Amino acid sequence: MAPHARDAARTSPVDSLVTRHRLRPLELLPWVLVIPPYWLFDTYLPLGSEILIMVLFALSLDLILGYAGIVTLGHAAFFGLGAYTAGILAANGWGEPISGLAAAAAVAGATGYVTGRIILRAHGLTLLMMTLVIVLALNEAANRMGWLTGGADGLSGIEMWPLLGLFRFDLYGRTGYVYAAAVLFVAWIFVRRIVHSPFGRSLTGIRENVTRMHAIGVPVRTRQVTIYAIAAVLAGIAGGLLAQTTQSVALTVMTFERSGAILIMLVLGGVGRLYGAFVGVPAYMIAQDNLARLDPVYWYFWVGLMLVVVVLFARGGILGIVDRARDLVVRRRP
Amino acid sequence: MTTAALEVQGLNKNFGALVVANAIDFRLEPGARHALIGPNGAGKTTFVNLLTGRLQPTSGRILLGGDDITALSQEQRVKRGLGRTFQINQLFKGLSVLENVTLAVGERAGVAGDMFRVAGTHRGVVEEAYGLLERLGIADDALKLVREVPYGRQRLVEIALALALNPKVLLLDEPAAGVPQGESKVILDVVAALSPDIAMLIIEHDMDIVFRIAKRITVLVQGAVLIEGTPQEIAADRQVREVYLGERDHG
Ligand SMILES: Nc1ncnc2c1ncn2[C@@H]1O[C@H](COP(=O)(O)OP(=O)(O)OP(=O)(O)O)[C@@H](O)[C@H]1O
Ligand SMILES: [Mg+2]
Repeated sequence: MAPHARDAARTSPVDSLVTRHRLRPLELLPWVLVIPPYWLFDTYLPLGSEILIMVLFALSLDLILGYAGIVTLGHAAFFGLGAYTAGILAANGWGEPISGLAAAAAVAGATGYVTGRIILRAHGLTLLMMTLVIVLALNEAANRMGWLTGGADGLSGIEMWPLLGLFRFDLYGRTGYVYAAAVLFVAWIFVRRIVHSPFGRSLTGIRENVTRMHAIGVPVRTRQVTIYAIAAVLAGIAGGLLAQTTQSVALTVMTFERSGAILIMLVLGGVGRLYGAFVGVPAYMIAQDNLARLDPVYWYFWVGLMLVVVVLFARGGILGIVDRARDLVVRRRP
Repeated sequence: MTTAALEVQGLNKNFGALVVANAIDFRLEPGARHALIGPNGAGKTTFVNLLTGRLQPTSGRILLGGDDITALSQEQRVKRGLGRTFQINQLFKGLSVLENVTLAVGERAGVAGDMFRVAGTHRGVVEEAYGLLERLGIADDALKLVREVPYGRQRLVEIALALALNPKVLLLDEPAAGVPQGESKVILDVVAALSPDIAMLIIEHDMDIVFRIAKRITVLVQGAVLIEGTPQEIAADRQVREVYLGERDHG
């Protein structure tokens, strides 16, 4: 909010609203930061790919949680569906990556649309429980259908074809990293466009006050189902990417824990601001990686503590802290 | 008889054992300036909620411009020209005043479902919203967050959101409620200046205001219409004085 308020002094109110979608230089920062690891930390590229994939997953969650205000504990259902779709295709002789992602997106999106139509009639706790039930049920289904999914042993035998027919998925994860970064980049452009579209603005309205949205003639449910399905598509792509770059799929792709973890990462970064995913996911995953090494037994405790601190003292997550720090500096300066 | 802007036939609603709408028959004529009064808890807000589809009646029919809208959703009724304000603010508190109204204008203009162009392409929508703020005298607050503007001005945003829909029928639920005496005049001036094409129903407790604005008055008591008439008829009615006006005197 703050930057718009400051610009306002210079431009007319109409202009400031009409130009709000313009790209600010800072928005390109993640894309600058994504490049050096390719050369500098090449032993960490698999972790890097996973971070990029989880950023995409968190970004998809931000659309429904941060913008539309739908709280879900089942978002990993779509991540998992995407992972299994891409994984199963590749394990059964179709290892072409891009079409595999498209299939992952389609399956996750269709499931998101259908389940969204059903569960988004509910609100609050009921809705939360329903999202939870969906991820638990799908996890159990994947567990039971061992012939297709590999069950508890995980899916094996995934063989990816070279990306675009040119780049092999190498042992160091170079191709995987660039692939994940490219997909995330395209997804970011898409999500950013949605967020700044009239449709995206209306989602914010739904989050702010559903009662009023009904009273100004908004087909609230249709909008919610639409964004829920779009978020499912993106989550499915993220899951598909994970399956393709790690060439494995385990039941853990589709658990309540993963749904919870991504929620935590997003809250840590900041909800409803597009870039919370880009900040929260690396912060969480790098912290987790280090804490797990420093304190193999209690690392989860430290992760929990970090979250408690953020929630108690920094509403709006890390980006919220940055905002407030900047406001302080700006206000001090006369 | 001309077609009523809004007509209600035998409307009933109860919450469990509590009857909040009791066989209500009601007509709002085109261009009406009609007040709905009644003691606290009489069912006035509930009546509005039934009209807009926020609540479903137990039985009865609602006609908008002669068409039965009883089965329609809230948004379908809005699209047919039924607008309302709320007794207790229902605003997008975390958004700017201008963006609040822009959301409503965009929805009415049919561009709000647009996903693939940035909102800024629809400049006309924002300009229309801003024009509405100017008309209501709150353009200075355009970029302030709603939660940061004084309550009296928030009440004007309430009205702006309804007017943004270009309603044919406007239901105002105590538009000046909670606003200090001195500031309520601004709100009432806005109400008085409404286009004569709009049929308006206003719920209001302040009898001076009611008598100033309304050409017709309906008195609702315990969910039932006690009496309907011109302001003179209502003022002269003994029953009304007992049930309503009297109560206000020592209330
Ligand atoms: N959702 C609900 N469930 C149960 N009872 C309700 C509900 N909404 C309203 N009521 C009850 O219905 C009655 C009518 O309420 P309503 O708000 O319509 O009155 P009102 O005439 O608008 O009063 P006021 O002048 O105080 O605004 C009240 O007794 C109220 O407590
Ligand atoms: Mg009321």
